[in-house]
Amino acid sequence: MSSSRGTFAHPYMANSTPAAVQQMLEEIGISDVEDLFVQIPGDHRLSRELKLEPALSSEYELRRHVSEILAKNASCADHLNFLGAGCWQHYVPALCDQIIARTEFATSVWGTAASDHGRNQAWFEFASQLGELVGMDFVGLPVYSWGCAAGSALRMASRMTSRSRVLVPRATDPERLSVIRGYCGAEAQAGSIEVVTFEHDPQTGQADVADLRAKLDADVAAVYLEVPSYLGVVEGQAELITAFAHEYGAQAVVGVDPISLGVLAPPSHYGADIVVGPTQPLGVHMNCGGGVGGFIATRDEESYARQFPTLQVSICDTIVPGERTFGMTLFEQSSYGSRENGRDWTGNSVYLWAIANAVYMSMMGPSGFLDIGTTILRRSHDAAQQLAKIQGVSVPWATGFFKEFVVNFDGTGKSVRQINEALLELGIFGGKDLTQEQPELGNSALYCVTEVHSPEDIDRLTDALRKVLA
Amino acid sequence: MTSQLRRYHAAVWDEPIVMELGAPGRRGLMVPYADPDPEAVRQTWELVPVSMRRQQPPALPELSEPEVQRHYLHLSQQTLGMMGINLFGTCTMKYNPPVSEALVGQEAVRDLHPYQDERTLQGALEVVHRLDLVLRELSGMDQFVFQPGGGADAAYLHACLTRAWHQDRGELSQRTEIITTAQAHPCNPATAAAAGFTVITLPLEDDGYPSLDALRSVLSRRTAALMINNPDDMGIYNPHIKEWVQAVHEVGGLCFYDHANFNGVMGRVRAAELGFDACMFMLHKTFGAPKAGGGPAVGAYGCTAELAPYLPGPLVRRDETGYHLEDGGPQAAGRVREFWGNVPQVVQAYTWTRSMGADGIKQAADLSVIANNYMEKRLLAIPGVTKAYPDLEAPRLEMTRYSLADLTEETGVTVVDIQNRVVDFGVDAFWLSHEPWVVPEPFTPEAGEMWSREDIDYWIDVLAHVCEEARTDPQLVKTAPHHQVVHQIDPSSLDDPDRWATTWRAHLRKPPSTPSDDSKDH
Repeated sequence: MSSSRGTFAHPYMANSTPAAVQQMLEEIGISDVEDLFVQIPGDHRLSRELKLEPALSSEYELRRHVSEILAKNASCADHLNFLGAGCWQHYVPALCDQIIARTEFATSVWGTAASDHGRNQAWFEFASQLGELVGMDFVGLPVYSWGCAAGSALRMASRMTSRSRVLVPRATDPERLSVIRGYCGAEAQAGSIEVVTFEHDPQTGQADVADLRAKLDADVAAVYLEVPSYLGVVEGQAELITAFAHEYGAQAVVGVDPISLGVLAPPSHYGADIVVGPTQPLGVHMNCGGGVGGFIATRDEESYARQFPTLQVSICDTIVPGERTFGMTLFEQSSYGSRENGRDWTGNSVYLWAIANAVYMSMMGPSGFLDIGTTILRRSHDAAQQLAKIQGVSVPWATGFFKEFVVNFDGTGKSVRQINEALLELGIFGGKDLTQEQPELGNSALYCVTEVHSPEDIDRLTDALRKVLA
Repeated sequence: MTSQLRRYHAAVWDEPIVMELGAPGRRGLMVPYADPDPEAVRQTWELVPVSMRRQQPPALPELSEPEVQRHYLHLSQQTLGMMGINLFGTCTMKYNPPVSEALVGQEAVRDLHPYQDERTLQGALEVVHRLDLVLRELSGMDQFVFQPGGGADAAYLHACLTRAWHQDRGELSQRTEIITTAQAHPCNPATAAAAGFTVITLPLEDDGYPSLDALRSVLSRRTAALMINNPDDMGIYNPHIKEWVQAVHEVGGLCFYDHANFNGVMGRVRAAELGFDACMFMLHKTFGAPKAGGGPAVGAYGCTAELAPYLPGPLVRRDETGYHLEDGGPQAAGRVREFWGNVPQVVQAYTWTRSMGADGIKQAADLSVIANNYMEKRLLAIPGVTKAYPDLEAPRLEMTRYSLADLTEETGVTVVDIQNRVVDFGVDAFWLSHEPWVVPEPFTPEAGEMWSREDIDYWIDVLAHVCEEARTDPQLVKTAPHHQVVHQIDPSSLDDPDRWATTWRAHLRKPPSTPSDDSKDH
């Protein structure tokens, strides 16, 4: 028998005892495990033995090893953090962590409707509650990220309209925009979607509607708008923009931050056709970017529903009258049902985060969303006001934003890089440096202020900046 | 050998939808107040343009915290997951060690922002880099990235890289086709099509895979890439794979190895040695990170040094000053997702590889293949069970596909009926097959290296018992489940636009199919 190790059974492998192997080989009727691998030709085999670091066989040593590596991180728990831009620091209730730690949820795959009933219901409750926030009735299971949701939505719009151009704000998050461009395809390929960007008004930070209008025509499949924008601005002309899109027969795709929807209007109220956005703010830790997810929601109309690339959970009947369960709607049009003839593709994405999201929305209720929206509005505006009083610092769009705002340091003679370096020494992660990616904003950074920032935290930031800029 | 079958019954809480619970005014979570004074609040709302202020509160439920906890705990109790025995084929059901969960639950992982100064992320960068090196060793590839959020996303990344590669050579408008097989995971053709390519799917032939001749017949200057798994999910290994890769390279195409089924061949083959340009491992399958019901997941994508310039950033590099994040180069394909990937799953996978070591990884492969072949012997002894491609004599690898068509013909009981009945014994539904089905009434268990021999025997005993029930009491099986959270689904409304409802709001609007106690809804 060519067993490669024989001194102890591995705790994760019940059959790793020599006796178990022996028994099974006997039942199979062979004596050498290599006989089971005859399908693999000799010249396909490894050219040499695998060289990996030795196994850490005790859990203590294993845990210590990985912990010691992770201890080299500093985090937003031990530093004061003002970074946002696609991944934001909000408070995650302990109950959210507790529920998604449940082994049943953490280990499920695809059972029957009955054996998956609890999980399917949790997903249905994610979709239902998110639908309430965004004002839409048809919500799919989540996708990998906001960028992926936006890219998918633009492809949906292109299929629905049979048009191949989309209008997107130029000052969209560069990572999100990169994903969107990828989803729209390469120019040299037939069927690709052209991404044309439109400007914002440098005075207000809101969309340059004239520029948008000039670029709209009957070849445009969709106009994409974000509320708030990447730079934090709440678009005051959203209804006008969606109306323009509709005038030309284009779809209005709106990206929103769901944490804002206790104070900001649901996009269905200002003409959105397809709503997308991030799921991470709803009860999911940042996880170094590993907490991100995206949603897609529309009206409950066939023309939209039949374009979703995702699976979606529907409440339905069982064979017993009056009993309810859940199943997957429109499976056939997914890649699982129709391979390359399905809508784009789907697969494992962030289905466990959807459960954290559901728990969060249930805990918050309407009052929670109103409170958190109000707190974030107040704190972020107060912070902006305070920073603007610092010598050399200005906030170009000091009102009408949500959670994030641009801070300009041109008057300080220091670069954002230098400033953030100095802030780091004071235990502060300064806002994201926009200098390279949005050059027309000068030496600027994107500051994110949420409900986790107390007035004392803002004072500490202000004092630190004064010190750094002195 | 037949063990006593458990008198399992699922928890039945008859749990209402969360929107049906609670009472007006209840709160489940308080958040910090800026200033609760009503005048201050009014002034705050004025910061939002009038047209954009929310007028009506969202109709979310109003529950106290314990009600929320109990509700979702009830839902977890009504989910089988891996609490019983789950041999779901192609998903490689293995242990998700709590030590890994504990490690990623620390603030040092969960409270990291990806844009922190990289000097503060040295731990995370080190783990990413270490796993990169492990996967390079396991595959022979030169660089891994973890940005794709699952196996399908990694297939999509390959299609995007293929696009960038050919575009760089000025050949993208000519290179319009990606080739795959009928046994490839649906995400291979689907992502290829989504990335703008035409898909050519080669059918299986008598040996269980398409022939080299069939491949050659579709190769041309239009070939952009080959996307393929090996072995497939019937446990059949294509021994001509090296010639396949050579043939595709000869016409200028790239070859992608979908290592969905790595569990049986790890320690025995390396993708690069077979000539592949890129490969994909699933950290939430082979590498012990949890399935989570469908993610968060990672499709770790690795490629040769030649392809590496086309990888989207950021890449993790190491030098004498530490670990660094590097942007993608000028030839880089666009990102497939924001940020660097699902870092917790990378940590969990790295932890798993350190627990296993090279010996453990090879042993896991051995045990998976041994256990599968052991299963096969017992399963084929059940009357009504046959093997796909029965004339292929070589032992299958870590999975075998079976057919229950003989039983169905005899009794009218289908493989879906059988799925519905095995869950009455704490055994979760086995996997059938991807669409389209290669054999009728298919099922595909995968034993893996975690489950004990008794677990495997129990699983087989349950199946044997239910097959017997199909003969003696077919109606019992056809109307199953009977010991589960709910009875059998009636799927007739799922694809009917007048009756489907993905939200509670939609459900309330639409007429119920049968009289129910929806009268207690608002």
